[in-house]
Amino acid sequence: MSDQAGNGSKRNGGPENATAQSFELKVGLAEMLKGGVIMDVVNPDQAKIAEDSGACAVMALERVPSDIRRDGGVARMCQVEIVEAIQRTVSIPVMAKVRIGHYLEAQVLDALGVDFIDESEVLTPADEEHHVDKTTFRSPFVCGARDLGEALRRISEGAAMIRTKGEAGSGNIVEAVRHLRAVFGQIRSLAALAPEEVPARAKELRAPLDLVRRVAETGRLPVPNFAAGGIATPSDAALCRALGAEAVFVGSGIFKSGNPAVLGRAIVRATTHWNEPDELVAACRGLGKPMEGIEMETLDEKQRMANRGW
Amino acid sequence: MVAANPQHPFAAELRVGIVSIQGAVQLHAAAIARAGAAWAPVRHARDLAGLDALILPGGESTTISKGLERVGLYEAIEAFAQSGGPVLGTCAGAILMAREVEDFPVRSLGLIDIIAVRNAYGTQVDSFATVAQGELEGLRAIFIRAPRLKRPGPDVEVLARVDGWPVFIRQRNALATTFHPELTPDGRVHAALLELAQKRQS
Repeated sequence: MSDQAGNGSKRNGGPENATAQSFELKVGLAEMLKGGVIMDVVNPDQAKIAEDSGACAVMALERVPSDIRRDGGVARMCQVEIVEAIQRTVSIPVMAKVRIGHYLEAQVLDALGVDFIDESEVLTPADEEHHVDKTTFRSPFVCGARDLGEALRRISEGAAMIRTKGEAGSGNIVEAVRHLRAVFGQIRSLAALAPEEVPARAKELRAPLDLVRRVAETGRLPVPNFAAGGIATPSDAALCRALGAEAVFVGSGIFKSGNPAVLGRAIVRATTHWNEPDELVAACRGLGKPMEGIEMETLDEKQRMANRGW
Repeated sequence: MVAANPQHPFAAELRVGIVSIQGAVQLHAAAIARAGAAWAPVRHARDLAGLDALILPGGESTTISKGLERVGLYEAIEAFAQSGGPVLGTCAGAILMAREVEDFPVRSLGLIDIIAVRNAYGTQVDSFATVAQGELEGLRAIFIRAPRLKRPGPDVEVLARVDGWPVFIRQRNALATTFHPELTPDGRVHAALLELAQKRQS
């Protein structure tokens, strides 16, 4: 923890006048979002389309990841007026993104009463060493992870939900698959260890021993585990579910496609019925043009959003 | 079908369906398994065949409603309930069981003569846990973006309240809570559903 000044005793934390909510209430909402699709939206009109398509929540952000990738510049938290307009427009939970480590943006969203804060690698990081201390906020946090160690580091900071990162704005599912396989593969291999072997593994994972022990004993993360990054089709969403993701985030995929309402409904359907081939066929029919995808080899390391966060 | 636990008082042959369109399915499944009954996911009308009870879980009522509509489950659940099948709805499930829904209404099943007001307590930052007042002593109730129930009809039994508002209600074979019994280890709400199922069997 760095020695930041100016925030009294609540360094890197939530608003002074708010009592942090208990972890069980935060995880409780994450539980309720399982089996659903959380859609990125940049304005109230998109939020309405998302709700009408069956989204279980919307994620407010300034620009969708593919536009951030194309236009460059610093990507920040969504404007306050837009967050408020989205909150007035829809009845489903409203999430919003903050820059990694930007706990003042997080305080703004907490004060607005957003339902979940995403400390997200998709925005330009504000702090290259420290993530937000998520325990002191009222709003629950979701954070991205590429593997089990990163997931447990975020949980130890107070995250109430993990989403594998994938590669946002790429329209390419390969990184989401890599990260889901990493998290679940590492959980499975932990379960095979003898108790005295767990501390060394915790060091390798760079994660707190108590959390690593808990995962070794239960065979699962202590919070819900969703998938994000590169989901562009109903089959992509179903693949993430098949690999163990309990729900999916869809960013650029929906509103960069030819027909967002139709594709949104189809991805919702595929997320519910991921293991029913007949339903998947129906979900895949009549979708029009999906978003353009990017081959990973054409992105250099600096262009990869998943590499942000530590 | 998940195997039942023969050690428990509830008949192991009881089969509980859990509507698995979206929401907290696994936690309800775990509660049913702890109570000694078997469970199965319900995603289509055909999945209701042979069930002794049904759970409409918490989740997003708009999402679940659209999913029920798409697969034709509204009519099938209505028929199941009308034939005496016990149904438990929690949070979003309670909204879907109400006679009427206020504030961003969704289509409801009308299994309980009551009005559900969506998101009546506010957003997630207003979610809370407390102890409910009623027959079940010390019932710890967790409310997540909960609805509020008002104007219960003459056939509605209020089994628990918080600040005077009904939070656990029953009308014949239909049970509903605005809190989440699946988030706590207290198994009494699920036991109430299984008792209704057992009575119907015998």
